[in-house]
Amino acid sequence: MKPLLLTTALVIAATSVSANRAFVSNERGNTVTVIDTDTWQVETEFFAGNRPRGITVSPDGTLLYVCASDDDQVKVFSTETFEELYSLPSGPDPELFTLHPSGNPLYIANEDDNLVTVTDTESHTVLAEIPVGVEPEGMAISPDTKFVINTSETTNMAHFISTEDYEIKHNVLVDQRPRYAEYTPDGKRLFVSSEIGGTVSVIDIAEDGTPTLNKKIEFEVAGVLPEWLQPVGVKVTQDGSRIFVALGPANRVAVIDGETLEVLDYILVGQRVWQMAFTPDEAYLLTTNGNSNDITVIDVAKEKAIQSIQVGQQPWGVVVTPN
Amino acid sequence: MRGRFGSWILASALGLANTVPAWAVDVKSAVLRVAYQELLPISRFDLKPQDLGFAGAALADEDNSTTGRFLGHTYETVTQSVAPEEAASAAAELVAQGVPYVVVIANGEDTARISDTVAEAGGIVLNAGARDNALRGQGCRKNLLHIAPSNDMSADAVAQFAMWKKWPRWVLVEGSNPADQELGQSYKRAAQKFGAKIVETRIFEDTGGTRRTDSGHVLVQRQLPTFMQDLPRHDVVMAADGSDYFAAYLPYHMWDPRPVMGAAGLRPVTFHPAHEAWGATQFHTRFEDLTGRYVHEEDYEVWLALRVIGEAVTRTGSNDPETLRQYILSEDFELAAFKGQKVTFRDWNGQMRQPILLYDDHITVSVSPQDGFLHQTSPLDTLGQDRAESACTAFQ
Repeated sequence: MKPLLLTTALVIAATSVSANRAFVSNERGNTVTVIDTDTWQVETEFFAGNRPRGITVSPDGTLLYVCASDDDQVKVFSTETFEELYSLPSGPDPELFTLHPSGNPLYIANEDDNLVTVTDTESHTVLAEIPVGVEPEGMAISPDTKFVINTSETTNMAHFISTEDYEIKHNVLVDQRPRYAEYTPDGKRLFVSSEIGGTVSVIDIAEDGTPTLNKKIEFEVAGVLPEWLQPVGVKVTQDGSRIFVALGPANRVAVIDGETLEVLDYILVGQRVWQMAFTPDEAYLLTTNGNSNDITVIDVAKEKAIQSIQVGQQPWGVVVTPN
Repeated sequence: MRGRFGSWILASALGLANTVPAWAVDVKSAVLRVAYQELLPISRFDLKPQDLGFAGAALADEDNSTTGRFLGHTYETVTQSVAPEEAASAAAELVAQGVPYVVVIANGEDTARISDTVAEAGGIVLNAGARDNALRGQGCRKNLLHIAPSNDMSADAVAQFAMWKKWPRWVLVEGSNPADQELGQSYKRAAQKFGAKIVETRIFEDTGGTRRTDSGHVLVQRQLPTFMQDLPRHDVVMAADGSDYFAAYLPYHMWDPRPVMGAAGLRPVTFHPAHEAWGATQFHTRFEDLTGRYVHEEDYEVWLALRVIGEAVTRTGSNDPETLRQYILSEDFELAAFKGQKVTFRDWNGQMRQPILLYDDHITVSVSPQDGFLHQTSPLDTLGQDRAESACTAFQ
């Protein structure tokens, strides 16, 4: 009797908790690693197309979108069964994308063609192709959904694309190789990281969406060559009080005060830290560490790294399913 | 594709208030390639394509124009191949015709002559070929910016790697031509700078004749081992062959089994078609789509030269040569060049600071500067002549 009871108890426990999952795209391994964010155990790793990089989840948490860069498509998987359901036309070499908060459409940066492709996630068709600067990379959508931001790595601009007519309304010059764009949840600010420039540009956004460059945040770590302080991924807390910046080969995440825009601390993580994602409750921030093939779990409240988890080869992007 | 987006581009360039201030600036540049009588290379892989260097300009024009269309800036680059004796006058004519930025692919002597005529006409020369140390030292010129690294920089890049590997005992094999001797000098300097010991130097005489015959390898296989026998204990062989007549034969034909570096084996290059790190794959995809061939160093250096101009125009909104020159040499200038860190310029001699790729003709083996070689300004300044050593006074 006893063993039976135990089994039942375990089953109940496993099904009643709505566990969140983190999905990590492994650029060189061509896989996605699935991690249970309650236990921090790796559940499985599955083939996700060639050179998977950008990764996101539908608002209802059921669909996983992965930029399979070398397959020139976005692959869509079930977040439950990890089966590939279908693929979406993405234009060539998709790297990063942003999903409209409604779940449709998907705005995709096509690195090789100087284009942003807008793809309807329901009809699986391309709605528009928008010419942007050279080597488009970072993608973000404003909280009011009026603008999609694209950063172009060789042109060194943040392009503000209207979601209504798909025309570029504003361009802001930033430092070399802008990698990632992230709005504050209130939409009043946009952060753009410049990998080679070594800065994060802070862009203030007016009521009508007009951007003004406010300042550029610089980084300094004793004992680390300034050349290796290369900002890539950026995440802002819901209340806007903290900004986390992944510093690539400096192997650190910078913690920035959302009010003063001063760097408060640097958290040591794995090697070549790239992209990041919060758990839905914002208790944890996960970082992908491309050269140490792991992810680091940061306790957001304590601003400390608490655990690292081995994943596939060269982890690139990470997303956590919503509650 | 391009035609389809014609109206889009026009709309974004004309109708919209960009945050970046936009006014019309036309930027005219030229690539001047001096055509020399040359023997065939040892390897067919080193045959030079017709559009060598010019292809890099085509890509740079595309890249600069894509950025320029958001700002109202246009870019146009003419390309010209000239005989050595006509090079200087052709350059002067270009500047007189309103083309102030001349990218030059030539030897050191011609690069200097061209710079002088271009200077008289008020233009700027960007050196995308000559590696001569003197051009960065005593023979430097105020209007001459070097995209190509110097021989000293390349030798230092190799030397740092050898020292990182703890291979400090070198045999130096030099050619007998002036270009080989200069390279040899750079390796001697590098050995001293980084604490290596050149246990013996040998000169491989250039006896002339064709470099490639059908029975070449048969003779090479018999002659080279004897040339390389009876050497003191050594870790590595440094090949100083600036005229491509012997270094390629060294690997596998020596008496002692040792790695070869320098002009063969592990070579210092600015770029190569297999380099994939730091987004370089995107460069190759664009370049190969446009030209249908792999990139050569000259193409990359021309592309980089024109991107330097483009970046300076983007940031200053000017096409005035002196304004751009000052900006390029200032601390504000920085440019991403698929090398993992920004490239900038040395304000004391106009040399671009840049990482050097160490290439085995197949993959990137390593990138110098190596870990642990430190410098008070930039680790990149551990490569080549530093400010304090420089004999250049034209920039003061």
